Amino acid sequence: MTIASTSQFWLQPRHDGLYCAPGDFWIDPHGGKDRALITHGHADHARPGHDKVLATSQTLAIMRARYGKASGQAQQAIDYGDALKIGDVAVSFFPAGHVLGSAQILLEHKGQRIVVSGDYKRRRDPTCLAFEPVACDVFITEATFGLPVFTHPDTAGEVAKILAAQEANPERTLLVGAYALGKCQRVIRHMREAGYTKTIYLHGAMVGLCDLYRELGVDLGPLKQVNLKEMGKLPGDIVICPPGQLNDRWARRFADPITAFASGWMRVRQRAKQRGVELPLIISDHADWNELTQTIEDVAPGEVWVTHGREDALVYWCESNGIQAQALSLVGRGEDADDG
Amino acid sequence: MHAVWIATPAARNDNGRVMQDFANLLDQLVYTPQRNGKIRLIADYLRSADDPDRGYAMAALCSAIKLRNVSYSAIRDMIHARTDEVLFRMSYDYVGDFAETASLLWPASPRNSPPPPLTEVVDTLAAMTKAEAAAQVAIWLDVLDVNGRYALIKLLTGGLRVGVSARLAKVAFASAFDVSIEEVEEIWHAMEPPYTPLFDWATGKADRPDLNELPVFRPFMLANPLDDKEIDFSDYVAEWKWDGIRVQVVRVNGETRLFSRTGDDIGGSFPDILAAFDRDGIADGELLVRSETGEPAPFNHLQQRLNRKTVSVAMRKKYPAFIRLYDILFDGDEDVRSLDLLERKDRLRRFVMELPSERFDVSEFLEVSDQSALEALREEARATGMEGLMLKQKSSRYEAGRKQGLWYKWKRDPLLIDTVLMYAQRGHGKRSSFYSDFTFGCWDGGVLKPVGKAYFGFTDQELKELDKWVRKHSVGRFGPVREVEKALCLEVAFDSVHESPRHKSGVAMRFPRVHRIRWDKPAQEADQLQTLKALIG
Repeated sequence: MTIASTSQFWLQPRHDGLYCAPGDFWIDPHGGKDRALITHGHADHARPGHDKVLATSQTLAIMRARYGKASGQAQQAIDYGDALKIGDVAVSFFPAGHVLGSAQILLEHKGQRIVVSGDYKRRRDPTCLAFEPVACDVFITEATFGLPVFTHPDTAGEVAKILAAQEANPERTLLVGAYALGKCQRVIRHMREAGYTKTIYLHGAMVGLCDLYRELGVDLGPLKQVNLKEMGKLPGDIVICPPGQLNDRWARRFADPITAFASGWMRVRQRAKQRGVELPLIISDHADWNELTQTIEDVAPGEVWVTHGREDALVYWCESNGIQAQALSLVGRGEDADDG
Repeated sequence: MHAVWIATPAARNDNGRVMQDFANLLDQLVYTPQRNGKIRLIADYLRSADDPDRGYAMAALCSAIKLRNVSYSAIRDMIHARTDEVLFRMSYDYVGDFAETASLLWPASPRNSPPPPLTEVVDTLAAMTKAEAAAQVAIWLDVLDVNGRYALIKLLTGGLRVGVSARLAKVAFASAFDVSIEEVEEIWHAMEPPYTPLFDWATGKADRPDLNELPVFRPFMLANPLDDKEIDFSDYVAEWKWDGIRVQVVRVNGETRLFSRTGDDIGGSFPDILAAFDRDGIADGELLVRSETGEPAPFNHLQQRLNRKTVSVAMRKKYPAFIRLYDILFDGDEDVRSLDLLERKDRLRRFVMELPSERFDVSEFLEVSDQSALEALREEARATGMEGLMLKQKSSRYEAGRKQGLWYKWKRDPLLIDTVLMYAQRGHGKRSSFYSDFTFGCWDGGVLKPVGKAYFGFTDQELKELDKWVRKHSVGRFGPVREVEKALCLEVAFDSVHESPRHKSGVAMRFPRVHRIRWDKPAQEADQLQTLKALIG
């Protein structure tokens, strides 16, 4: 099957999201829509203000925690693997391995299968289910790290760096910048698995989502919100905060802080240096180049659509390997550079 | 302030210290902005690494390794043979650094041999043809990891860019082995990589190497600020502090060198000086450029000759260099550093008589009998644009470093101008959360023109206040830079100002620093660009 023009097709990339005409619903749209299917809870995919929202129960819980009443007039949960009929389209969700509750959405219509993968990764994440390749005609992929320079090393080695720096610097606070949803909890979980049992301190912005993860059954060990009046400057402790706080005034209160940042962007030295990062940690919730290309080989779709990131290189790779591909441009995706 | 020190994992192959350790050092240096942190990292490495690897590592840090038989283009060809050219170009566009892009894209291969020691890299390549060397580099790139490949490519293509100067590396060396930096400097300049005699001496394995037969840099004798110290004028003589750069000119067994304050060999930019110094000996003086009247020209003229790889005849004619000599360290092969100052000056006068007078003359002493004579000299310094004044103890020997009580310096008061803060940028290291780099401007027909940048001169408390002010008064953001309301007046001190076609305002200041924050002064009342231009000299 070859789809020459996506604008006439039953799934259409529009400037504010993917629109499915025979089901009259949107996937990860911007702006309030009547019916929205949401792949996962990150703010560039899960927007507030829709009427009816369909997502996994975890994603719905994350949206409620973030948006309260604006998280959707009517929320409907769907389990991984279950199928629903919306209009003339069969819809089912599969794990994407990105963050807790993240899903790929399979759409079936008139014998054609399209997988909207959302954001995904292939390596192990102790806080969510692993990505499942789903056979399809069109595979819609992200390309956040769609350049061959982006190869994320083994997570264990990066986590070992955190613990080694903590142990070697008892007089300094180790400040780890991590995205509040997903990355923060995953890094904590990895540190626990590596044997770190001390209390981990949190910036206020991380507390709500950590509580939610615990409610949803992810064991994060002892956590405390930073309160310096009571706690002192926390030398020798690990504090997790939003990346934007690493080099801001908030960070000055700690004991000669070491700034660490957990992100796939840390692969590139200048990028880490620009942000004043002393301890770059290449830990990402997005697929690296090898995972992207491996996934396309595993799924073996007839055609690949690339939504956001560095589309050019991935489209070029697909074409070089005899797979038809095109870049879609969707607004507002991947704009939050800290979500790496 | 410490570096983020992470113990290297226990796994270490039998080859001893390897290239990989050096690569890890570089990696940590990149991410450690603080000077003391860098010193600690280098010192730890030097103490634990083996000979002669650590010597080559020092050479690499000081940009003293030259591996000429592997070129940038050879490495580029190798990477193109192994990767898709389009993907490489897209990646390079994004990363912006060739060595980093190549190190990330080089296809990993299963490791069947350990990475080579740094020494092996240097020795092996030095003995090879270009083609052999390229093939050998490819084999090494196969067995190294990403950091190792990055380090090797940086080593081969020159310029490690880890924010370490040669001086800092030597300070780290002195700290690693608890020896004096002056001695390290002196011996260093007599050595070639891997500096084995230097390491042997520092680690107590051997005596201090004998340097007398070599054209090496000898550490300078330096002065302390005079401030308000009371001195007995009968023990001291005065001398102008000429407004050029302090240099040491060395000739031993017919070989001539010209060194800067930091011991860098700057002879390449001054062939006229090197050729004219045709007697064995070592002298200390001020490098200057002569104006048409025969007097020393303003510093700006000298600047035209600095940091040039080649100097045209026209350049040499337009900006003729000469050295006004202060002191002599070696007269022929005789070390005269232990003679007293007056005796050395006599030796110097006799020494200079044999040299071409258009290239070398003597900075003569000035009589200063009491405080009022000193004041008069200061007045003269201000009036003639002299950088300042030295007071030297008549009986002082030539001693490296800044020994108390021997030499004093007094610098003329800086020039001052009231400017308006225009932009602020975040600093580095400890200051990375503060807006601490300030661009300021002067009025030019009702419009502010940026005239300079300053990042020191204020106290920590003032920095906090400036930072707060910048955050409250931002009107625009460009990456790390904030544009602020044109409302804060900064009094800026500077040593001199010169014409500069490269700057929008047409002027460039020397050593600008924030002198006072004029919270009280309305920005409209800051100085005009014209006022600043009137100070050009």
